[in-house]
Amino acid sequence: MNQTIPFTLNGKSVSLSVDGERKLLWVLRTDLGLTGTKFGCGEGFCAACTVLVDGEAVRSCQYPVKNAAGKSVLTIEGLAQNGKLHPLQEAFVKHDALQCGFCTPGMILVAYEFLKKNPKPTEKDVREALEGNLCRCGAHTRIIQAVLDAAGTR
Amino acid sequence: MSTPKDERDEYQLPGTLGRREFLKIAGGGIVIAVSMGDFELSAQEGRRGGASYPEDFNAYLLIGADGKVTGYTGKIEMGQGAISSLPQLIADELDVRYETVDMVMGDTDLCPYDMGTFGSLTIRMFGPALRAAAAEARAVLIELAAEKLKVPAADLAVKDGVVFEKAKPSNKVSYGELAGGKKIERHIKPKPPVKDVSQWQVMGKPFFHKDAAAKVTGKALYAGDIRLPGMLYAKVLRPPAMGAKIKTLDTAAAEKIAGIRVVRDGELVAALHELPDVAASALALVKAEFDIPASKLDDENIFDHLLSVAPEARNVASGGDLKEGESLAANIFEETYLNGYVAHAPMEPHTAIADVKGDKATVWASTQGPFRVKEEVAQAAGIPAAGVHVIMPFVGGGFGGKTRNIQATQAARLSKIAGRPVQVAWSREDEFFNDSFRPAAVVKIRSGTDKNGKIVFWDYNVYFAGERSSAQFYAIPHHRTLSRGEWGGGGGAGTHPFAVGAWRAPGSNTNVFARESHIDIMAAKAGMDPLDFRMKNLTDERMKQVLKAAADKFGWTAAPLPSRRGTAIVCADYNGTYIATAAKVSVDRRSGGIQVERVVCAQDMGQCVNPQGATIQIEGCITMGLGYSLTEEMHFKGNEIRDLNFDSYELPRFSWLPKIETVLVRNDALPASGGGEPAIINMGAVVANALFDATGARLRRLPLTPKRVKAALAAMEK
Repeated sequence: MNQTIPFTLNGKSVSLSVDGERKLLWVLRTDLGLTGTKFGCGEGFCAACTVLVDGEAVRSCQYPVKNAAGKSVLTIEGLAQNGKLHPLQEAFVKHDALQCGFCTPGMILVAYEFLKKNPKPTEKDVREALEGNLCRCGAHTRIIQAVLDAAGTR
Repeated sequence: MSTPKDERDEYQLPGTLGRREFLKIAGGGIVIAVSMGDFELSAQEGRRGGASYPEDFNAYLLIGADGKVTGYTGKIEMGQGAISSLPQLIADELDVRYETVDMVMGDTDLCPYDMGTFGSLTIRMFGPALRAAAAEARAVLIELAAEKLKVPAADLAVKDGVVFEKAKPSNKVSYGELAGGKKIERHIKPKPPVKDVSQWQVMGKPFFHKDAAAKVTGKALYAGDIRLPGMLYAKVLRPPAMGAKIKTLDTAAAEKIAGIRVVRDGELVAALHELPDVAASALALVKAEFDIPASKLDDENIFDHLLSVAPEARNVASGGDLKEGESLAANIFEETYLNGYVAHAPMEPHTAIADVKGDKATVWASTQGPFRVKEEVAQAAGIPAAGVHVIMPFVGGGFGGKTRNIQATQAARLSKIAGRPVQVAWSREDEFFNDSFRPAAVVKIRSGTDKNGKIVFWDYNVYFAGERSSAQFYAIPHHRTLSRGEWGGGGGAGTHPFAVGAWRAPGSNTNVFARESHIDIMAAKAGMDPLDFRMKNLTDERMKQVLKAAADKFGWTAAPLPSRRGTAIVCADYNGTYIATAAKVSVDRRSGGIQVERVVCAQDMGQCVNPQGATIQIEGCITMGLGYSLTEEMHFKGNEIRDLNFDSYELPRFSWLPKIETVLVRNDALPASGGGEPAIINMGAVVANALFDATGARLRRLPLTPKRVKAALAAMEK
């Protein structure tokens, strides 16, 4: 059942020979060794596993890897460029917008997609954008401030 | 295929060490004087106190030849921020820069024994031991410098890890040169004192999460991120109900999948594969029938059941004479408060990887107690504890739930059988099913006030929540607090339908909900403002000050209950940390939904080591506390748990967020008490009281679900 699936991962070409029905989350974490993408619930309820496929935030625990063929996948590991943190990552650090950090990659990637589409959001916009992301530690207020700061609308 | 695997050495463990550097240290044979036999271990478990930590500072500190300081602690990092605050203690007592201190956390071969990370005890209990160690190390280093510089120690000073002659600063030597990364044999008796709060340079200042950069880049390693050569991923069969036993098992279909091995060890059945998702697919093909023990319990009748099986009471606190108190009462209040089972639900489910080889094992686990894991893995694998090395990655939230380590013993058993390293990573459903829930509990309170609104007696009975924060602190002449059962159980087999255990601030959430709800019921009867009523019945000046701090920040104005504004203010004592919380809610009468609009929390935690960390913990407590106040309760019927994922078990979301404001009430006269849990304990009470203030509806059961609120409002209209 293996098929060849070429795609771009964090700016580099990869080509995998895998069962295309396998979920992108596990291919990233196991086959590709990129463990920044987290498993939280396995049903798409928590958004910890969010990655971007052609700029769209997807729940990688629900996303068959064959659907990524020919597309561009961005994970949390690909966000910093040349060792320099992305402004969203910088804002999360500056605002101390995390505790255990397990939901953080998903938070940042959902916020990344959101800010691409809504560069000047209000606080209410940010809350709505992140509504599907769960955080158990309760870092929410700081996450909102970090996203607004990254957008320059804080 | 290009894979980024070769970059993995950049991935980070707790501390700022890269993986490669850490492994170098861990494998480098550095001698650290931690010689603790099993006898001492068990004695410490019995004592459960700060006095039990090792006395040799070498157990806590390594000063490298480059002057870098590594602190060793058995505590772990799960988001609470010990990784950021513990270096403050070391830096201050040692007189080195904060940035030069790194922590190695929870590694059972490198770090001094610790019973576990829970109870807001890191700064309160471990802090004094760590500070004393650093203070003694500083004094020894000054002695060594005195010999080297040929200057009396009294004429020397230290700044940034360099000892110099006060009169001639060019005559100097660095800690790095003095210690050179070797164990120092010298000690100072009696031990030098730690710094007075007035001398603090690094403590008392805000420090941000040291691990933030690793966490925003995805480089922070959690247990599930550890990769070992030849490892297998195991998916463990979950029974349909608690206590179910396997009757028949058919693994043929699963074993047809290439590379799958199905292992059975008693009731432990797991599918193992080199890919975790393939292991999960195979497990789904395992056919099993179970014998399910009968139970008539459910989430509605559990409270009557608990009352019926309650063991004998322990007297937590008492004073005066209840009968006499009752004779003084103009109004008598008798109420029962209920609180359901609540799940920990950390974002990272329990995970562990174990590599058992002969009589040795290496384990990486998401746990709050690596030294417990060491013992438990040894027992599960049938090997001596001395052969078990537990290494701690970052932990993705714990809240008390990761004091149980079933996943680690499963991984060890499976690794032993498979002869390869095995990772057990629970699914979300496994996580809910195997949780040790915050116990359902009942509180019965009988009390009375005189005609002036003074509380004259207080008879408090708590069943199965535990006694923490149960003792009242109002100036009540005749009172008694009795506790039956505890948060870890305590009622014999069959008390709870599933495991129970510590949940962030165990016991306190239920006790404060009951007590502070009851206080408002009395205040309403007296036609008083809830803050005035509390102040009138308090003589504890510290508590009054914390209440005032919250009220001032909130802009509290007095009005008799219910004021229809939707406001409330409550207070509590969590193991010596005082907190007062004021809140405003709005209620959607049609849906029954409560929106918490604003929360102000004032906290007096004695000396505060890291105000930034303390503030973040308060914010987190408030946000997490919305869950058990508004939605969180485990539904079950018989031994079958109905909430197994986040679709039905609702955690707080961004749309729920109130405006949160915090006040740290400065109190340098008292030693540091804990900050990781206190602020959560007021949340149930403050929201329930604000609901009453908004609508006149009094709910005596948490959570305050829309359905219950609607029913209460409808009952009032009749």
